[in-house]
Amino acid sequence: MAHARVRPLLLMQSPSTGAVATDSLGRQFGSRWAVEGVSLSIEPGGLLALFGPNGAGKTTLLRMLAGLLKPSAGTARIGDEQLPGGSAVRRRVGIISHHTLLYDALTARENVEFAARLYGVREPRAAAGRALEMMGMSDRADTPVRALSRGMRQRVSIARATVHEPVVVLADEPFTGLDVSGSRALSGLLMNLRSTGAALMLVTHSIDEGLSLATHAAIMHRGRMIRSDRRADIDASTFGAEYASMVAMSA
Amino acid sequence: MRDLLRDSWLIARKDLAIEFRTRSAFLSAIVFALLGIVIFYFAWDPTAVTTVDLAPGVLWVVFTFSGLLGLHRSFGVEQPDRAIDGLLAAPIARESIYLGKALANLIFVIGVQAVAIPAVALFYNLPVGPVLLPLSAIALLAAIGLVSVGTLFSAMAVNTRLAELLLPMLSLPFFVPIVIPAAQATAKLMSGRPAGDALPWLKLLLAFDIVFAVACMLAYPFTIEE
Repeated sequence: MAHARVRPLLLMQSPSTGAVATDSLGRQFGSRWAVEGVSLSIEPGGLLALFGPNGAGKTTLLRMLAGLLKPSAGTARIGDEQLPGGSAVRRRVGIISHHTLLYDALTARENVEFAARLYGVREPRAAAGRALEMMGMSDRADTPVRALSRGMRQRVSIARATVHEPVVVLADEPFTGLDVSGSRALSGLLMNLRSTGAALMLVTHSIDEGLSLATHAAIMHRGRMIRSDRRADIDASTFGAEYASMVAMSA
Repeated sequence: MRDLLRDSWLIARKDLAIEFRTRSAFLSAIVFALLGIVIFYFAWDPTAVTTVDLAPGVLWVVFTFSGLLGLHRSFGVEQPDRAIDGLLAAPIARESIYLGKALANLIFVIGVQAVAIPAVALFYNLPVGPVLLPLSAIALLAAIGLVSVGTLFSAMAVNTRLAELLLPMLSLPFFVPIVIPAAQATAKLMSGRPAGDALPWLKLLLAFDIVFAVACMLAYPFTIEE
């Protein structure tokens, strides 16, 4: 089945540059295109806040960038490597999913240390300790994950995703379940990653949270990128209403 | 190759740690194996069937079905919080996930065998002492074949609605070429024949092990593509 290549209304950069770049990326499930014609680029140190209603294709886009799904059309790159790449490209990416990717029977430290070992981190135990400390989980590090609250699991999940100091972080609704201090710790971590030159993509439903961290913002709807702007060009006070009307108009 | 083995061991060690903490599958498998042996024992008519004819069959029926309990759990532990995505996104070869799971399953099945073989010897009054070494070799070779096939089908079945039904339905036909030589070789040993008489069956077992292990490892990456 042929599919129309739809370009975003505004490209942040040329899609051929950036730490993360896609060109007319698409993914089809059966006859339905979950993601269609998405072209974007995120520079090192950039954070793209991606908004969109449920079923817009945000998670599918993230899963393709994480190498968990093969694209049906178009291309995607992390750095110089085209996706789905080998272990070298996967080593550079950290994923914060709305699933925690944790093992209930293992402790928080064991989960993070296991991830550190998978990513070939030197001194994995120490790295796991640091990542947990960053998320304020040091005092619960030796507690089995099944005994932790939803928010604490999310903190451990974030520590797991960042223990190898990724240069690209793909975060799918990472603030879900976090309390104020958890949200603050995560915001600090994301800003810290940005300052070290990491490229971040943040899928969120919270416009305030997303815009407060972003260098760029985009809206997806029905698999397409319907708007993409630099943060500096967005008026935060009206963006929420614009977003709602844009989604309503394109429905 | 070194990375493949290192990552496989990492995954196997994680699976064994989870099983050690929960002990759910291992205890279930042991209880199932012992119950199976006891039921066969009470259903057995010694005047109709000799111990030597019955015991190898009992042993391999028990191993096969109790092993399935561990195999089902193998990829099941990855499901609740989509931990499998964490493995698939990690910079490791897909084959190392399969190998790690298979290694953990192998240790699981060997653990079940370590309890079930003495139990069968006890119930059926079999002198396994003199044939313990060749019997252990048969058990190990058969376990390798069973987990090679079972781990692959566990990966395939885990995402389906009827995983508990599908795993045995897919696996059992492929277990047959493993279980027949294993049971035949066990029967030769238990009937007091020289160990050399079991050698042709052992060779056949080894051949199936190699074919299944290689084929299943190569096939595994295709089972996880969405």
